[in-house]
Amino acid sequence: MIRRGRAAGLIIGGLLSAAIFLVTAVSFFWTPYSPTAIAILERLQGPSAAHWLGTDPFGRDVASMLMVGAQNSLTVALVGVTIGLVLGVAFGTVAAARGGVLDALLMRVSDIAFAFPALLTAVMLTALFGPDGGILLRGIGITTIPTWATGMASGLNAMLAIGIFNIPVFARITRGAAMSLWKREFVTAARAAGRSDASVTWVHILPNLASVLIVQVTIQFALAIVAEAGLSYVGLGTQPPNPSWGRLLYDSQTFIDKAPLLAIFPGLAITLAVLGLNLLGDGLRDLLDPRLRIVRYGTERKAA
Amino acid sequence: MIAWLGWRLVSFVATLLVASLVVFLVMEVLPGDPASVMLGMGARPESLAALRAQMGLDEPLLQRYVFWVARLLVGDFGRSYTYSVPVAELIGQRVLISAPLAILAIGLSTLLAIPLGVHAASRRGRAGDVAVMGVAQIGVSVPNFWLGLLLILCFAVWLPWLPAGGFAGWDKGVWPGLRSLILPAVALALPQAAILARVTRSSVLDVLRADYVRTALAKGVSPRRALWRHAVPNALIPVVTIIGLQFSFLLAGTIIIENVFSLPGLGRLIFQAIAQRDLIVVEDMVVLLAGSVILVNLLVDLVYAVIDPRLAQGEAR
Repeated sequence: MIRRGRAAGLIIGGLLSAAIFLVTAVSFFWTPYSPTAIAILERLQGPSAAHWLGTDPFGRDVASMLMVGAQNSLTVALVGVTIGLVLGVAFGTVAAARGGVLDALLMRVSDIAFAFPALLTAVMLTALFGPDGGILLRGIGITTIPTWATGMASGLNAMLAIGIFNIPVFARITRGAAMSLWKREFVTAARAAGRSDASVTWVHILPNLASVLIVQVTIQFALAIVAEAGLSYVGLGTQPPNPSWGRLLYDSQTFIDKAPLLAIFPGLAITLAVLGLNLLGDGLRDLLDPRLRIVRYGTERKAA
Repeated sequence: MIAWLGWRLVSFVATLLVASLVVFLVMEVLPGDPASVMLGMGARPESLAALRAQMGLDEPLLQRYVFWVARLLVGDFGRSYTYSVPVAELIGQRVLISAPLAILAIGLSTLLAIPLGVHAASRRGRAGDVAVMGVAQIGVSVPNFWLGLLLILCFAVWLPWLPAGGFAGWDKGVWPGLRSLILPAVALALPQAAILARVTRSSVLDVLRADYVRTALAKGVSPRRALWRHAVPNALIPVVTIIGLQFSFLLAGTIIIENVFSLPGLGRLIFQAIAQRDLIVVEDMVVLLAGSVILVNLLVDLVYAVIDPRLAQGEAR
């Protein structure tokens, strides 16, 4: 049974998230204007039929910049969460299957990792690798980046920081859920039938983790969008001149008295994306498994 | 209880040591040691060697780590490469802005969130609950630095009541300094309060289902008294934990908000240090901030043990 209020949340959240992704997908092929086209005569205009969300101090079209900014913001957040998901699930399933010293070690390491919010990791990475992570890229032999990917690549430090932060989050959830699965009859039966730990994990544990992980990915993705915006705002994320939602907010601050709308639209984009994903996550949780405990904003103490 | 306390302290020290080792290894062993990062790519080999010797980078790794930790423990954070003053002095000045800001934000969010959360729980499903939770749902989605910009727009640009940024200093009295911290503290506190109000609501709802609340009601205690005397004190235990766990997010938020409001706090110090490649300051600051998160988690565990002795006994087994 899904409560009526939750169903409405699920639909609103789903529509909002879908709209944001659709606009981002469209931006790869089409934007109203070029996001880099400078037109000084049209600078700092309010919203109009020609420029839906107005223009910035260089006469660039704000709607187009927001659309391209979404590419960078969402890609950085998505790559970050994917790093956390893949490594976290790997560590979590192994810890649950093996237990013992390995499991204890994993839990201690994740305790320590929680002392490093993504911002502190990004601070260290930026100090070491430079603002765009160029020192790291050159270190591993990557010297040329295709034009379409330069914006996203400039957020390398932010991707890694968000990814590292998410590894223990997913490791703990996976471990907790997988440990309770290992006690179930169908797993015992599979083991009695001679399946190895690895085979049980692949065939029986992972598929049953899907709903837990889908919900958590949605919530962590929302958090990652806020984190990316914050990192880009302070200069640790996507690097100028590539637009990102956080960077657009930073740029708007100089003109906040003359053009307040410049500070409103990027923030609204972040808030709507995060709100949509949060509602979607809550709704999916009720839909997929009402008993599921959601872990959000570090509100979880220790996985049982 | 004493065994639990001892075990908890040992694990606190161990966590601190490992965290500091991680920072040390990341900052000093990964390619590009502090000396080469500071001097940049075009550095002459002889000046690089001289700086390395001056910074003690030629010593064995373990020795450097042990000395570094020992110096941190006695409050010697080394000398800033760019400011040429002891790092401890720099940090000391800026903590006087960052710490009051963080404390104001925690206080404000708690004062707002607990009454609202309890109110929502006591009116479950009715208009008051729906309104509070609706606002909270939006509140958790608003990034605090955007809220900061909106507050500047409303209360500094349109209504010129409070400063848009900068810090007046404590030497002119408490009020001018506090005035500069009001908007940043509100920007940090409101999204935080939204999270806390949700936690408080669900925690109070859990407790209201408990037998002792039903017993109290059956004995004729008024619903109001049952809520505030019996349910709320017990419901606040998880809320305290969440305030502690939220600390690392608050810390990151403070660093970003200081940039929004141009406050010369620890956050600004970090970014200046990155821009000037002052790796010693970056290293010390990261350890200090990570250490403060670990310390706050210890304090929360201690508070927890005091308000609910069952927990300490459970863990000592």
